[in-house]
This record gives sequence, C-alpha cells and structure tokens, in this order.
Amino acid sequence: MTLTRFRRPLHTLLYTLLLGLPVFAHAADWNIDALMTSLAQVKPGRATFTEKKTISLLDRPVESSGELSYSPPDRLEKRTLKPKPEAMLVEGGVLTFQRGQQKHTVQLAEYPELTGFIDSIRGTLAGDRKTLERSFRLKLEGPAERWLLTLTPTNPKMATSVHLIRIAGLRDDVRSIEVIQTDGDRSLMNIERMSAR
Amino acid sequence: MTGQNNRKRTLALTFWLVGMAICALIVSRTTFTTDLSAFLPQSPTKEQGVLLDQLRDGIVARLILTGVEGADAPTRAAISKGMAERLRADPAFVTVNNGEPVNSARDQAFLFGNRYLLSSAVTPERFTVEGMHAALSDSIALLASPAGLMVKGLLPRDPTGELMGLLEGMAGTRRPHLQNGAWASRDGARALLLAQTRATGADIDAQQHAMRQIRASFDAVRVSLGAAATSATLVMTGPGVFAVNSRDTIEREVTRLSIISTLIIVALLLMVYRSFLALALGLMPVISGALVGVVAVSLGFGMVHGITLGFGTTLIGEAVDYSIYLFMQSRAAGPGRAGSSETEASDWLRDFWPTIRLGVLTSIVGFACLLLSSFPGLAQLGLYSIAGLVSAALVTRFVLPHLLPADFRIRDVSAIGARIARLAHYAPLLRWPLALITLLAVLVLIQHRGTLLNPELSSLSPVSLADQATDARLRADIGAPDVRYMVVVSAADSEAALQSAERIAAQLTPLVSQGTLVAFESPSRYLPSIATQRTRQASLPGDDLPQRLEAASAGLPIRATVLQPFLADVAAAKIRAPLQRADMDKTSMALAVDSLLFQRGASWTAVLPLTGPPTGLDAAPIRAALVAAGQPNALFVDLKAESNKLYSGYLREAALLSLGGLAGILVLLMFALRSPMRVARVLLPLVAVVITLVAIFALCGHRMTILHLVGLLLVVAVGSNYALFFSNGDEAGAISAQTLTSLAFANIATVAGFGLLGFSQVPVLQAIGITVGPGAVMALIFAASFGGARSVKAG
Repeated sequence: MTLTRFRRPLHTLLYTLLLGLPVFAHAADWNIDALMTSLAQVKPGRATFTEKKTISLLDRPVESSGELSYSPPDRLEKRTLKPKPEAMLVEGGVLTFQRGQQKHTVQLAEYPELTGFIDSIRGTLAGDRKTLERSFRLKLEGPAERWLLTLTPTNPKMATSVHLIRIAGLRDDVRSIEVIQTDGDRSLMNIERMSAR
Repeated sequence: MTGQNNRKRTLALTFWLVGMAICALIVSRTTFTTDLSAFLPQSPTKEQGVLLDQLRDGIVARLILTGVEGADAPTRAAISKGMAERLRADPAFVTVNNGEPVNSARDQAFLFGNRYLLSSAVTPERFTVEGMHAALSDSIALLASPAGLMVKGLLPRDPTGELMGLLEGMAGTRRPHLQNGAWASRDGARALLLAQTRATGADIDAQQHAMRQIRASFDAVRVSLGAAATSATLVMTGPGVFAVNSRDTIEREVTRLSIISTLIIVALLLMVYRSFLALALGLMPVISGALVGVVAVSLGFGMVHGITLGFGTTLIGEAVDYSIYLFMQSRAAGPGRAGSSETEASDWLRDFWPTIRLGVLTSIVGFACLLLSSFPGLAQLGLYSIAGLVSAALVTRFVLPHLLPADFRIRDVSAIGARIARLAHYAPLLRWPLALITLLAVLVLIQHRGTLLNPELSSLSPVSLADQATDARLRADIGAPDVRYMVVVSAADSEAALQSAERIAAQLTPLVSQGTLVAFESPSRYLPSIATQRTRQASLPGDDLPQRLEAASAGLPIRATVLQPFLADVAAAKIRAPLQRADMDKTSMALAVDSLLFQRGASWTAVLPLTGPPTGLDAAPIRAALVAAGQPNALFVDLKAESNKLYSGYLREAALLSLGGLAGILVLLMFALRSPMRVARVLLPLVAVVITLVAIFALCGHRMTILHLVGLLLVVAVGSNYALFFSNGDEAGAISAQTLTSLAFANIATVAGFGLLGFSQVPVLQAIGITVGPGAVMALIFAASFGGARSVKAG
C-alpha cells in the first residue's frame, strides 16, 4: 500500500512524459460518477489474472492464475487454469462452480455474503454505483490514471467476514482487486486486459 | 272380499314400511366415501400394492403445491413468506418450504456433526497417509478457489472435505429459483410454496382442512399487505387437493343430478297422471329401490361410494318404468270392463307381469356379472343396480297393486297412445335402413377396432384437464420429481431395509455414471444402516491419526497444529453411538428419510425413487442391478405403467364380464321364451343398438372407458324390456296403444334420468350418461322396427 502511494506520482510523471497527456486537466471532474460512467462504457472483454491468497491457516500464500471474461452488465466468468483447472460463472443471480467432474449451481440469493462480494466486482466492472452502494460505502482516491476505489461493507452480515475491498485501475481499466477479510486473510488479484482480438 | 283385501293391503303396507324403516336406519349409519382408491383393486399384485400405497399414504400424496400469482414479485414473495410463517405454526403441516433458510443452519449442523458416519467417502483408504495427503491437497486447492470463502472456517475440523463431499452428493436434487428470498417459478410469474400435511393424502377431511388453512393464511397475509396485494391469487394442487376437489365435484354433481332428474320425472309423471296420489304411488318403487340399493352396498362393502350414489340417480330412470307399466297397462289389461282398479291390477299381473319379470331378470343377469369384477367400484354399481331393480320390481308387484284406491284412475292417454301407435305403425319402414346402419357400424368397428377403448386410467379421473395442467405447471416449477420409477424393498426391520437399500444403491451408482439413470435417491444417504455406520467408524484411524496426519501434510502448506480440532472430531466420531432417526428431528433430512423409509404393518419398506432419462427408463439394467445386489425380492415399479396395466386389466375384465352378461341374458331368454327365433327377435335389436352406439363413439373419436361398457350393459338391460314387449306382441295378440304409450313414457323417463348424467363433469357418470341416454332411445326405435311391426298391424 505504502509502495503504491509512492509510486503514484512516479506513474503520473511517466504518463505525462510518454504520452504527453494533460493528466490533471480533468482532475476537477474526476469523481465516483465519472469513474462509473467510464467503466459503464466498457465493452465485453477478456483478461488474464494472477491471484495470490494469503490465508492464516496455510504456511504460504496460494497462487493461481487464469482468465477472466466479462460481458456487461452481469456475466462474469473466472476460469482458473493453474494450479487446478476450475471455473466460476456468475450470470444474473446464478453462480456456477466447476471443479473436475463436479458442477455446482447456487443461487446468489441463498448466500447474501457471497452476493455482496460478487456484486462488488460485478458492480465495479459494470460501473453500477447503485448496486455497489447497496452493500458498500465507496471512497475514491487518486486521479483517473491511477484511481483506487475502496469499498467498505455496510451490510452487517458481510462486514463480519469482509473488512474491505480495494479496486485499483487506470481510467476504465480495472487493474487489481484486493480483498481483505476481517480475520486478516487477504487476496490480491492482478488483472491484465487482453488486447482486442 | 273387501276385508281380505284390506288385510292384504295392511300387511303389504306394514311390510313395506318396516322394510323401509330398517333400510333408513342402516343408511343413517352408512359411511359414504369419495376416495377414488375405492375404485382401485382389493387384491393387487405386489407392484400394484406399491402403487396403491403411494396413492394413499405416500409422502407424495401429502404434498400440497401452492402458487401465488398476480401482483408484483416482491409482493408475491412477501405473501409466500407470510403464509409460510403462519403455516409453520399450524399442526396440520409437517413442513412448509418456500426457499427461506429456516432449516438450513440445522441441516448443515446435522450434516457437519455426523459427516464421518454419513459420508460414503469414509473408507480405510481415505485415512491412509496417501489418502489424507490427496484429500488435504484437494482442500487446499478449494481454499484457493472462489469457493474458498465458504469453506475456510471448516478446514481445521474437516481438512479432508467430508462435508463438501456430502453436499455434492445431495446437490443432485433440483431446487426452484429464489426471487426476493422465496421460491419462484422459472419464468418468475409465480411464488411457490410446498406444504406437507401431517394427515395422509387419503384423509380427505384433513386435506380439506389443510387447504382451508392455506387459503386462510393467504387471505390474511394479502389483507395485511394492503393495496399492492389485492390482485394476488392463490392456486393449489397435489393429490390431496385433487381428492378434495373430486369429492366436492362428486357431491355437487350427485346432489344436482338427483334433484334435476327427480324434478323432470316428477313433472313428466304429473303431466301424464294429473294426480298427486298417482305420482306418490309411482315414485314408491323408485324410492324403495334406491334405498335398498344403498343398504345392499353398505352391507356388502362396508361403505358406499359417492359415484355409486350418482349412478343411483340413473336407477330412478329405470325403476320408474315399472310403475308406469303398471298404471298404464292396467287400463289396457281390462279394456271395456267396468271393473275396479284392483281387478285391473290383477289382470295386469296376469297379462304383463311375466314380461316385466323377464325384463327385470334380464337386467339382473346383466348386472350380476359386474358383481364378479375385482374393480370394487364396478362391483358396487352391480350390487346397487340388482338390489335396486329387484326391490323396485317387487314393490311394484306385491305392494303397489294393494295400495291402488278403488277408484284409481290415471288420465286417459289413449289420444297420445293412438298417435304413438300410428308412429309405431311406420316403424317397420325403418327396418332396412336400420339394418344398413348396423352393417355400416360393423364396418366402422372393424376399421377402428384398435382404438375403441381408452387404455389410460386417467380417463376415469374426475380431475379436470385444467386442474391437471395447473398441476403439471406447478410441479415443473417446484422441481418436484414426477415420481414414476422406484425400487421398493421391504424387510423385517428398518435396519435390514436400510442395508438392502445400501446394497441396491451400490449397484445403481454405476448406472448413473453410465447414463442409464439420471439420478436416484435412497434413505440410506441420509440415514445409513447401523452396520454401515460401524464400518465407517472402523475405517477411521485410532491413536495413530496424529502420526498419519503429520506424514500426510508433508510438503503441503499446512501445519498439523492447525488441524487439532480434526483429530478431536475423528476421535469422537470413532466411538460415538450410531446415528438414529430421532437424531434427525427438525431437519430437512428427516422429511427425506420419512418419505423413503416407513413402516407398513409389521414390515419396513425402503423406497429408492429413480430419475430416468427423458426418453424413458430401461427396466432391464435396473432389474439386473437388483439381482446383482442380492435383493431378488426388491421390486422395480413403474407407477405409470403399473396404473395403466391395472386399468387395462380392469378393462379386459369388464369387457369379458359384459360378454358374460350378454351370454347370461341369452341363456335366460332361451329358458324363458323357449324359442331361438323369439330370442333372436328380442336380442337382435339390442345387439344392433350396441354396435351402432360403439360405432358412433368411434366416429366421434370418443374412446370408451370401463364405464361405457357398463353403460352398454344398461342399454341392453333397459332395452330388453322394450324388445320383450314388442316381440311378445306376437303371442299376446297385439301390442296395444296403451302398452306403446307406457313404453314411450318409460323411455322418456329413462332418457331424462340417464341423459342428464351426460352433462356431468365426473367422467365416470358422464360416460354412463352419454351411453345410456342415446342408447335407450335407439333401443326403443330398433325394438319397434325389428320386433313390433307385425303386432301393431295385427292390432
């Protein structure tokens, strides 16, 4: 976190130099609504991800990687390739897990904690402020080129397990999602958008 | 002379009154039922026994599926939740499920707390160092997966993932969608609620009470929700609901039909007799017959079915004929003589009674074959008809003549008689056209011979097509399995039944992976036999578990110290008492076990419902699996096939019995008439009527049920009276205008009685109505054309 903060001015400088963009020109207009508007314009896309989970029960973090695909407004698929292939698909109110031969379909409505968690990601990707604010308090920091959106659960049930969710990105491009749980376990997922094919 | 007559009259009247009083007493103590299983066999095969058991007592028969329609989705869900809250507090219901997580915490605690006894994955191999290493790696991978959030808390106690394994095994059951926290149909148009009644499906009063409670809870919640909920409506379905609705329909119809047909016949008799005394006397045999019929069935079967009563209204139509014959033909018997009504009556006894007696006997022989039917409903109809007709005839013969007042006269109907006689005069002209029609009918029958009969038992169901469609819709929405295939195994006690179920389940599992079966259920999944639980306990490691775990976690990112709770849980599971049914109380699993494992008499039955592929289930591999499981007395039952087989058995039997009845009538007529020619003249028109009637049904695409066959038998019974009178004309000289008139009025009365049934919504009654109504008219016309010609002319 501290590292990120130090890095931010560096990045800004880099962008200014390389791209010659007037980075601070729209600073005054940059707010949650602007972020949501730009996210909402994102077309269906695919990305690769690497995820690192730090779990107190385990001696070392567990890493996994794979592909993400998202089609607005509510279809999100996470396909893990390593270490074990598995897939998770959220579409509307239905969540499907697939591990090996087993396939599970659960209805999000039956798992409110899970719903909040999924809504945080889906809501951000869709730029759906209303959905996000149903379960979280939002705080936006940083400029459009290096924004950081912090979601703090307001739903008490969810607040017992999730401490906060931090989503970082560059304009309409979500770069990382970090989930910090109340027991200190955390996961950080870095996302790399795949170039349009 | 007069004194003697007075004595006779007093005696007859006393006899009749005492008889009626006894009958009324018995009727007042009779149980009336509308339970359709009364129309199912008494001595079924084993498979049919399973079918009947399921229909009467099975869990499926206790389910009431409820839908809330109209209003908007949040309101529907709110209504569903409000109803569920009220109904859960109602002792009439065992469970009420609408998707709200009322049991889920308890269910999960049950599964988790008993995981080492419940999981089929608990084997000695699973707890070797290698087995545990593999299970731990799996759990760690799961932890890293998106589902990790849900399983993290369980890991220290359940590092081998037994709970997940258990849940995976149970996830096969399809569940409805949730909308606003309550079950909803797939299209979201309807909120769903599933209630299981405490009473059996066969207890119609209790089912009706349960339905009222559901309706009351709906009304109360709807009112409390105000304007948003005003457009909400309630639909209910399920076997119990069907039974209640059927009873309502049958009761309503029986009442309505009895009243209307009585009114019509009363109106007809009044019109003809123009005398209330004659009306009262004319109805005497009818009422006596109906009463004795009920009494006979009550004594013979212990209870009377509502449908039998409905059928009884038709008897009015036939029994009233006898008094019509008496009153009208008495005038004919002594024409020109200025004698008293008594002498006229005795003349009638001499001239006409033998013919009527033969007609009654013919009817009795026809109906007697129904008594032999193993279909209790048919046997009831047979007994009712015989007892009713015999008493109606006896009252007409032995009581009524004594009661006729000296100056008894009904209106002179000779004007009408003359007109009818003129019509009858032309009847023979129809002989050849009718013969041609009959011939064509034979051709139609040959052409349609394969599709004359309806092989579906459901064709008898009083449940309307609309209700059946609602049922199918709600059932599909709620994912309630259409229980069609099942394996049933019985044993002396629940432990033995569970062990058998386990052996069968072990053989069925490979069929699921091969795709022969889609899924199956077994009570042993929720409550393993004690033997299996002990085996699982024995496969859990003892004191060496810590060492094994240490070795198993080598190379994995987990420290054995984290897993101390696991060691404690395994140690406790190894020595605990086996799980019993009582341990499951208040969980959803209890419902599952109770529906699949139950006591019947002295033995216990385990049921394994099978879900086949949409193309249907092949019985051969299932039967092979039962043999391989060493359970030769386990039954594989296809409920639908079984019920249709049952019904087609009845149908075949009814067809045979009808033919038997016909043969009986033939023998009787041969015996009575002693002339094959005369027998032929009586039977020919009746056979022609039956053939033509069946051909008309075939042409209309109306497939006959068992009750149409009964209707045909009735046509022969009623028609034999007409045919006998017409053919009798030959010997007794001429068939007089009076006799013709009595036949015409008797026919109208019969058609009024039976024809009304044709408008009934109860298929059983409707079938009889549309057969006998037209059949009686045709019988009169055919009899007049084939038999009556010469005699009318001769007159």
